[in-house]
Amino acid sequence: MHELDLTREIDRQLSVCNACRYCEGYCAVFPAAELLTSFNDGAVTYLANLCHDCRNCYDACMFAPPHEFAVNIPKVLAEARVRTYERYGWPNVLARLLRSGWIAPVAIGVLVFGAITALGGPANLVTRHVGPGAFYAVVPYLALLVPALAVSLWGLFVILAGAREFARDVALPRGPSLNWAAFAKATAGALSLQYLKGGGAGCYYPRRRGSSARRRLHGCVFWGFLAAFVSTTLAAIEQNVLHIRPPYEIVSAPVLFGIAGGALMVVGCTGLLVLKPQSDPVPTSDSMKAMDYAFLVILELVAITGMLTLVLRGTSLMGLVFSTHLAALAGLYVTAPYGKFVHFVYRYLALIKNAAEKSAD
Amino acid sequence: MDIDVVVLGGGNAALCAALAACDEGARVVLLERAPRAMRGGNTRHTRDIRHAHGESDEFATGVYGEDEFMDDLLRVTGGATDRNLAALTIRESRTLPQWMARHGVLWQKALRGTLHLSRTNRFFLGGGKALVNAYYDTAARSGVEVLYDTTARDLAFQDGQVSDVIVDVGGVSQKLRCRAAVVATGGFEANIPWLKRYWGDAADHFVIRGTPYNNGVVLAALYERDAKPVGDPRGFHAVAVDARAPQFDGGIVTRLDAIPFGIVVNRFAKRFYDEGEDLWPKRYAIWGGLIAEQPDQIAYAVFDGKVKGKFIPTLYPPIAADSLAALAEAAGLEAGALIATVTEYNLATRPGTFAPGDLDDCATSGITPPKSHWALPIDTPPFYCYPARPGITFTYLGVGVDERARVLHNDGTPFANLYAAGECMAGNILGRGYLAGFGLTIGSVFGRIAGKEAGRRARA
Repeated sequence: MHELDLTREIDRQLSVCNACRYCEGYCAVFPAAELLTSFNDGAVTYLANLCHDCRNCYDACMFAPPHEFAVNIPKVLAEARVRTYERYGWPNVLARLLRSGWIAPVAIGVLVFGAITALGGPANLVTRHVGPGAFYAVVPYLALLVPALAVSLWGLFVILAGAREFARDVALPRGPSLNWAAFAKATAGALSLQYLKGGGAGCYYPRRRGSSARRRLHGCVFWGFLAAFVSTTLAAIEQNVLHIRPPYEIVSAPVLFGIAGGALMVVGCTGLLVLKPQSDPVPTSDSMKAMDYAFLVILELVAITGMLTLVLRGTSLMGLVFSTHLAALAGLYVTAPYGKFVHFVYRYLALIKNAAEKSAD
Repeated sequence: MDIDVVVLGGGNAALCAALAACDEGARVVLLERAPRAMRGGNTRHTRDIRHAHGESDEFATGVYGEDEFMDDLLRVTGGATDRNLAALTIRESRTLPQWMARHGVLWQKALRGTLHLSRTNRFFLGGGKALVNAYYDTAARSGVEVLYDTTARDLAFQDGQVSDVIVDVGGVSQKLRCRAAVVATGGFEANIPWLKRYWGDAADHFVIRGTPYNNGVVLAALYERDAKPVGDPRGFHAVAVDARAPQFDGGIVTRLDAIPFGIVVNRFAKRFYDEGEDLWPKRYAIWGGLIAEQPDQIAYAVFDGKVKGKFIPTLYPPIAADSLAALAEAAGLEAGALIATVTEYNLATRPGTFAPGDLDDCATSGITPPKSHWALPIDTPPFYCYPARPGITFTYLGVGVDERARVLHNDGTPFANLYAAGECMAGNILGRGYLAGFGLTIGSVFGRIAGKEAGRRARA
C-alpha cells in the first residue's frame, strides 16, 4: 500500500476503534489512540510500534472482515512497522537493498565464506587447529576484528540515527515527563513483553486461543541473544585484558554464557518458526512475515553454527563450521539495521513515549 | 446422530443453554444461521453484564444488592415486568460471574473512562465477541456440535412434544430429531417487513444496530404453534445513531454521544425535545424513539467548536462548516430556519458552570422545549452536525415462559420440552425501557436454566 494511503487507512480504522473502545483492556495501543481524534503519520508510526502484535483485538472485533468496516488493526499496524524499519534505515538506498528477504544475507554470507576460503586456502578449513589461537588459524585476528568492528559500529550508527529521527517524528516527549520512572516502566514492559499478555488473555497466536507460547519463545530469543552478546564481551576481556587467547575451557564464563545463549536462541527461534506457519495469515502482512522468517532463520543459523563450533572445535571440521558461523554472523550484522532486528529499538521508544505520557496524565 | 438437545440460535443465551445442557451430560447441537465469521448474534455488540453482588472485587466496585437491582428494573420498566421471573433473574445473576468464568469468559479490570457503570456491571475483556469466542471454544471442547450457516425454520411436534427441529442448510430442508429444544433466536428487529406492520414506511428509515440475522422466523413459527406472545409488538429499544450508518450491524461505533453538548433539530430545523433532560448515560436510550416520531425519521445533532472533542465521536466525521448557513446547506436543512432556531436557543441560554458529568446549572429559560442542563450557546465556529436516525437495538416482543424457561401456551400451560432464552423471551422481564447490560443478564440466566432443564429432561 502507498505510504499516504496506509496512513489514511489506519486513520479510518482507528476512528472505528475510538468510537468503540472495547479493546482498551488488551494493550496500550487503544488507550493511547483514545487521546487522539485523528491519526497523522507520526501518530500512526508511534501506535504501530507500540503494538506487540498479539492479535487479540482482531479476534474480538465485530467489525473485522467480512464486516463492511473491515477493521484489521494488527495487519495495518504490521504494515506500518515494516514502513518504519525501511524509513529509518539510513541511507535509504542501503535500506531498500538490504531489507527483508533472503538475497542480501545469503549473498553476504557467501561472500564472507568465499573470502575466508580464499584467505587461508580451502585446505585450511579442514585442518585440525587446537590450542590457544586456534580460531585465528582459520581467520587471522585482524581480519576478524576489523570487519566485525566496522560493521558493528556502522550498525550502531545507523540504528542511533534512525532512533533519533523516529523520536522526532513521533514527538517523544521531552522535559519532566521523560524521567527515570518512565524509563523504568518502559524497560519493565519491554523485558516482560507485557503487551503480549493480551491484558491477561494471553496472545491469540498461533491459534485463536490465549497462549503464552509466543511471549515465552520470544523471551528465549531475547535473553539468548543477550547471553551471547555477554559471552562475546567476556571473551574480548579475557583476550585483551587478561591476555588469555581463545578457545576457552568449557567451564569458563564466555563459553558458559555462549552455551546458554545459543541454546536459548535455538529453542526460541525453532519455536517461533514452528508457530508462524500455523498462525492465521489474515491479521498480519506478507512483508512483515517475510521479514520475520528471514530474521529468525539467520538468527537460528548463527546460534546453531556457534554451538557446533564449540562441539566440533577439537576436530578437523572446526574450520568449516567456524567459517560458516562467521558468514552467518556477517549476514545478520550487515542486514541488522535494515531488517526486523531493529524492531526492539522503535518498540522500546514507543513504550517510553507511552510511559511518559501516562505519567504526565 | 442421536441428539438430546437442539439449541436454536448462536448468541449468548444459546451458548449458555448449550453449555449448561452439556454440563448435564446431554448431546447438544447448536444451530447458528450466520457464517462462522459473523457468529454470535447481537451478543457480538455487547460489552458488559449486570449482576447483583454483595461485595466488590477487582472487576466490579461496591455492592449492588438484589433490592436495588429490582428497584432499578421497576423504575425503567414502569412495572412492565413479571415480578417472579424478575426476582429469579436477579437472584440467579449473583452466581453468573463464577459460572461465566468457569466457561471461559475473561473480565476486564476497571479502567478509567468510557462507561461509568462499574458498580452494577462487569465488563468482558475485549467485549461481546471475545465472550462469544470464549463460549464457542468451550463448547467445542465440551463436545457441542455447532452447525453454522444453518437456519432453524420450524418445529415438528408429536403427542404435544417437540420431536424435530426443521432446518434449512443451503436451501435444503432437513429434520433434526431431538428430545428437547431451546429457542434462543433473538428478536425480529432485522425483519423490516415485520416492523412495517406497526411502523409503516417509517421502518425503511430505521437503522438496525445488530445482526442482520434476527428476522424472527422461529418466533413467528412459535406463535403458529400456539406459543403465548409477550411484550409490545410495536416496542423496541432504540438510540440515536449516525444516519450514515449501514442498515445493519453498525453496532456501538455509530451511536451518537454528542446530543447533550448541543441541540437536536428535525428536518425543518426545529428542536423537539429537551437535550439536557437527565444525565446522559440514562437518557441516550430515549433518542431513538424520539427521532422515530419525527418527520422522515431524521434529526441533526448540532454543536460548535468549543465542545468538539468532549464526547466520543462516531466513526464518521461530523458535517462541518464555518457558518450556520453553510452548515445548513451541507446538511440539507433550510439555512434561515436553522439560524432562527439556534439564535432563539442562544438567546435563551443563561450563564452557568458547564459540567458535562453532572446535572449542571446551564439551563435555558423561556423556550419550548427547554434545555435543562449543559445549555451552552452555539456560537463558536466551526459548526458541526451529525445526521441521526433511530438505531434499533432490540425488540420487546417474545414468548411467555415459566420459571423453568419452558415456553407457555396461550392458555398459560407450559410446553413439555420446549424452552426459550434471551431476547425472544426477555419481554417477560424487561417489558419496557432499558437497563444497561440487563439483556445479557436475562439471556445468561435463562440460557443456563433452559439448558439445564432441557438437558435433564432429555437425559431422564
